[in-house]
Amino acid sequence: MGTTASQLAKDSLSEYQELTFLTKQEILLAHRRFTELLDRDERNHPNPRVPMEVILTLPELKSNPFKTRICQVFSTSEDKDGSLTFEDFLDLLSAFSDSATLEIKSHYAFRIFDFDDDGTLDCGDLEKLVNCLTGETEDTRLSSEEMRQLISNILDESDIDKDGTVNLSEFQHVISRSPDFVSSFKIVL
Amino acid sequence: MAQNVNFDLSHPAVEAGLESPADENVVHDSFSQLIAEQSQNEGLSDAIELQHLQGNPDDDEGRDNVAYLSPSENRGWRIGSDEAAEEDNETQTDSLLKDRWSSATLKILSSMPSRTIGRSRGAIISQYYNRTTELRRRTQKRASIKDFSRSARPSIRGYGVEVDTTDSAEKKQERLVKNLQDLSAVDRMRMLKEMPLNLSEKKDLRRLTLEMTKRTRSSSNLPCCSYLKFQIILALRHSWYSCLSFLHSLQLWQMPLKRVGGRFGSGVLSYFLFLKTLLFFNVFLFLVLGSFLVFPQAVYLPELPESRTPFTGLELLTGGGYFSNTLLYYGYYSNHTLPNCPKNNSTRPECDSRSLSYNMPLAYFFTIGLSFFITCIILVYSMSKSFGQSFRIDKSNGMLAMKVFCSWDFKVIKRSSVKLLSENICTQLKELLGDTHHRLVRNTILDKLIKLLIHGLSWTLCLGATAGCVAGIYCFSDYMHKKQESSENDSEDPGLLNEASLLALPVLVSFINLMLPILFQLTAWMEKYNSPSLRTFVSLSRNLILKVSVLGVLCFHWLKRVAGSANDDKTFKCWESFVGQDLYRFLVIDFIFSLLDTLFGELLWRLFSDKVLKRNRRPGFDIAKNVLDLIYGQTLAWLGLLFTPLLPAVQILKLLLLFYIKMSSVMMNCQAPSRPYRVSQMTTIFITLLCFPSFLGSSVCVTYTMWRLPSSGSCGPFRGNKTMIQAGKQRIAELVDENRSLSFLADAHTYLVENPLFLFVGAAIFLIVIYFQSQVVDGQRKIIALLQEQIENEGEDKKFLITRLQSVHERKRTPARNLTSQDSGC
Repeated sequence: MGTTASQLAKDSLSEYQELTFLTKQEILLAHRRFTELLDRDERNHPNPRVPMEVILTLPELKSNPFKTRICQVFSTSEDKDGSLTFEDFLDLLSAFSDSATLEIKSHYAFRIFDFDDDGTLDCGDLEKLVNCLTGETEDTRLSSEEMRQLISNILDESDIDKDGTVNLSEFQHVISRSPDFVSSFKIVL
Repeated sequence: MAQNVNFDLSHPAVEAGLESPADENVVHDSFSQLIAEQSQNEGLSDAIELQHLQGNPDDDEGRDNVAYLSPSENRGWRIGSDEAAEEDNETQTDSLLKDRWSSATLKILSSMPSRTIGRSRGAIISQYYNRTTELRRRTQKRASIKDFSRSARPSIRGYGVEVDTTDSAEKKQERLVKNLQDLSAVDRMRMLKEMPLNLSEKKDLRRLTLEMTKRTRSSSNLPCCSYLKFQIILALRHSWYSCLSFLHSLQLWQMPLKRVGGRFGSGVLSYFLFLKTLLFFNVFLFLVLGSFLVFPQAVYLPELPESRTPFTGLELLTGGGYFSNTLLYYGYYSNHTLPNCPKNNSTRPECDSRSLSYNMPLAYFFTIGLSFFITCIILVYSMSKSFGQSFRIDKSNGMLAMKVFCSWDFKVIKRSSVKLLSENICTQLKELLGDTHHRLVRNTILDKLIKLLIHGLSWTLCLGATAGCVAGIYCFSDYMHKKQESSENDSEDPGLLNEASLLALPVLVSFINLMLPILFQLTAWMEKYNSPSLRTFVSLSRNLILKVSVLGVLCFHWLKRVAGSANDDKTFKCWESFVGQDLYRFLVIDFIFSLLDTLFGELLWRLFSDKVLKRNRRPGFDIAKNVLDLIYGQTLAWLGLLFTPLLPAVQILKLLLLFYIKMSSVMMNCQAPSRPYRVSQMTTIFITLLCFPSFLGSSVCVTYTMWRLPSSGSCGPFRGNKTMIQAGKQRIAELVDENRSLSFLADAHTYLVENPLFLFVGAAIFLIVIYFQSQVVDGQRKIIALLQEQIENEGEDKKFLITRLQSVHERKRTPARNLTSQDSGC
């Protein structure tokens, strides 16, 4: 009917259904929204890659303070520039979907919060995280004294093996205590 | 190579003492090789130092090989490290911070499994290899013993654990694929979905797995029946998927819900989701009652005794008049087996042939009972699921880490809401930080007394207002009841004004429901609470007390007064229909007052605040009050189920309209909540409230009606001045008389259900199960505490080893250059 670029082939659709947490309607909707982001000439490309700036124009991501980290985590490009193919986009939606398990969500949340990509959340990561949470304006930022105290409290509570950083298991342990995490870690197209 | 062996200490399976028998020798050799290496070189002093700290060198030499296998041995090392720490700087072993270490140590640190699992593909594949092995072990037969080489430890045969991590990526992937292939299709798909890899790698894994499956299947000769079974399973799975997609595409209100969630966050969204849940409950009730009661009765219409009053618009409000003798109410339903064919001459066409007979009274009885029973099961299930999600076993006090990691709501899209959310989080964090500082501030005795006084005053005020209003409702309902009785006694034709006066009681009750919460809010303003959640709980409990007492006095009015004064000849000929009409009126007036409340509370308040007060802040959406209103309406609907079988349809219409009205009002007039709202906890509370006071109360009332109250003699399926249960039993006895084969059911009923011993035994078993579960939870708490302690110990080991390695490396770097390459590999 059409090329695989502009129309999803039936077997890829069922494959995506099997490998992600998305339903058929969600995959088709994602495909439609993704092709809207492409230029006309890129649409016939077999595996188009959308640069990060274009992805960040999506209304679901536009105001999110973690938008650049999200793109970087799910991107499979070698240049680490945050550009996404359609499959990366599906990965993103699958991790943020309704039926994704707590484990997948906490894994990706950990990677999003790990600003320096070293596999643990150390003081620098935590500081950047808190700054993202509290916003950019001056009156909502925490003072450096408060920040220091906050980070030391966080490490006291969550660093079980006392190595000064929060690794994935410790992060997942904290997350498992909060029942709201699964419902708040959601993005729906 | 030693690197891989040593740092597998943090591997969970190794900590538990399990190990692949095939790898035992390799592991043993390399560890002793390390010790031998260290003892060869000048590191001998270090090795001796290590042993010195143990205090028992001979035992340690023998224990070395198995030291890392049993976690308790490590305590010996830990004690040693404490002593060492006293010698060196203690601060050095405090944390593994980056700036002190050499590049080799940093390399080791960064490749530790606890750090790579968060980011490296190979680590994820290894982890999932272990999981699939465990899953295979659990679901399938054990691999036969002879597949494993003999070892000195036969007890740990069969535990294939990946220990050697020097495998290349391809080999790891191969092993994972092999494991995946051995799993069942369902498990395989679940494993693939849950792997945090990107989609192209998952596609590769899937492709390889399918290829291997095809190869093994074509090579082996499958008997035809298992192939058929495989095909059937595939077809079933495919149909299940298409069913799920179909159900998902029926998603009601997806776009509006997304807009609300995007603008207001999860708190306000939970109100609309609750509304959706109630809608589905009512749709279910409507379907059940409609198909079993309304539809058969509508097909076989009974004869109408008198002419119908003409339709005026007032019926929509009062439910009387034109609607009185319709399918809407209890009185319309016949008490015979449908079709109602008199024994002698029958002119009705359906009596000629042998049509299906439908025992209406029995159907009525069982349908109501069944719908209540199924609703009960669904409610208890959702309540326990919600409770299980929000209940946490380990009672840790720390909220700060949880707030930082979990409080960002990714659903929020609108820029202003994002800003509001950031402000909200900032305030909460500052509050929590301030708490930890100022917890020591003590109030004086005078302050405490004043606070207590204010609290006592406001509680007295609220409870007094509630009691006063309830007494008012009691007296007014008495007055209206007497007026109704006298009017029925006097004239036959009620008149329009008389019909409208029936609306007075519902209007009063709804007015009280509207005004009193405002009073509660005003009193809450003058009080000061320690935490916002306490404030929410207090306001919720006050509103709840009000609604429960109002409903209680109304039930008393209906079940005692109205039913008690029922008289076959004159007044309240058909008291069930009257109660049904009353409930219809209450439902409709409640809806109208919700509209008025939305109009005045939100729209006008916003206009007032914008134009007159010129403030920028819009009114907030009071989630708790609105949810309680929904629960109140649903209680009325459940109460009326027995008397008005079509009431769920009315409730469905009401909920649909309410959804759109509230949605547009919230979008236009309100702003996102400025206080933190714990969604999961509040949802659990609301479902519990729906189950316990609301559903339980209405089912108790309905049971009481069926059991104790005599039904009216001239209308309804249970005519005859007996209670409904007696009438039902009589019908069952008749049915059993007709068909002898059903007698065992009656016997079973007599011996099981009516026997009190059965109920006692059932209750006792239930209590025992609850007791066991609570013991299990206690045990799990203890295990969590133990495991935390163990992880701390392991952390100490890690620090000790890293610092030792660093010192060994430093010591070797200066004197012997040629050994650095060897040691940096350690």
